[in-house]
Amino acid sequence: MRAYVHLLAMFGTLSLLSIGGGNAVLPQMHLEAVSGEHWLTNAQFADIFSISQAAPGPSILIVTLVGYAAGLTVGGVFAGMVGGIAATAAMIIPAAALVYVLTRFWQRAQKSRLRHAVEKGFAPLTVGLILATSLVMSRAADHDWRAYVLTGLCTLIFVFTKINPLIMVGAAALIGYLGVV
Amino acid sequence: MSKRTFRTIPILFMSEIDPPLQKVSLFELAWTFNHIALASFGGGLSAWSRQVLVVDKRWMDEEEFLSAMTMCRIMPGANQVNMAVFVGTNMGGIPGAMAALFGLCLMPVVFILTMGYLYFRFKEVPALKGALHGASAAAVALTFAMVIKTGRKCLTGVVPVLLFLASFVLSGLVRWPLPITLAVLAPLSLVWAWPRKLAA
Repeated sequence: MRAYVHLLAMFGTLSLLSIGGGNAVLPQMHLEAVSGEHWLTNAQFADIFSISQAAPGPSILIVTLVGYAAGLTVGGVFAGMVGGIAATAAMIIPAAALVYVLTRFWQRAQKSRLRHAVEKGFAPLTVGLILATSLVMSRAADHDWRAYVLTGLCTLIFVFTKINPLIMVGAAALIGYLGVV
Repeated sequence: MSKRTFRTIPILFMSEIDPPLQKVSLFELAWTFNHIALASFGGGLSAWSRQVLVVDKRWMDEEEFLSAMTMCRIMPGANQVNMAVFVGTNMGGIPGAMAALFGLCLMPVVFILTMGYLYFRFKEVPALKGALHGASAAAVALTFAMVIKTGRKCLTGVVPVLLFLASFVLSGLVRWPLPITLAVLAPLSLVWAWPRKLAA
């Protein structure tokens, strides 16, 4: 029980602190889960990080695995599942409530100059941030030259053809599965 | 002076004709975000969000999507979770936000719990790791392609290109924390984009 309470309190707090996305609070999460509570070893933390990065869905899902590991120390697999779900909910709900309030405010600002300026002015900024993200992503995934060639090829295909991107992702996964990249 | 009529048109267009708000069922909202989440195998969730929300469903236009993305980054929380709340709220209030969140998270949580079970049970999932590694190369490519596609539309002058380069260099190369990068660049971009009062 104590582990669950700690999970909820810890991720509920980190949720509101995660300005700039989940990765911003990763160091603090590591500190509490590995050094503080010993739910995981250092190597396990690194492994679940790489699993959660490539898995589908929001990148925040490393939280689910930290919660799972915390639950495992309490009971068996079932306790782990409960821990994973509790941690995920604690991480999502506080921040989501805040975004809801902001969105409501934004709807009322429909015709304001501020909204017009934000929509026009933030667009180029965002494109720069996305380019930065893709650079950081490929570094974090520990890509070698073969992976970069694959990335380059896929980029050309995505820009110049209308092929469903999912087909390329599947093909790239197969190439990775076969150990080529 | 002869330019004036041309300049008024887009501003009126922006403020008076809102993008059509379709009536969308909660199920469709949840299903759409589920689709976005599952497509992002290997990463690239932002690129998939744009593909589905802007290109396929036309629930938002390009500028609205991009500005919402940056606002979702400023707010606490994972930015794709925030985007789901933003879109869900716009389409259907609190139930809409909950449906979008549920759709975005349910299957990924099931998937990652399964992975967690396998990992802690067997300590290693090498075949899956290889597949995820390969998929991530394509996911990065999808993100690059998004930069090229959105950049073509909004990098149409010297100032936007400078803003784009500055945010890339500060965030991607110098690795400033996002709040500081935005504290410097957001005011500049707002000054540039602020609708000028037209002489009567």
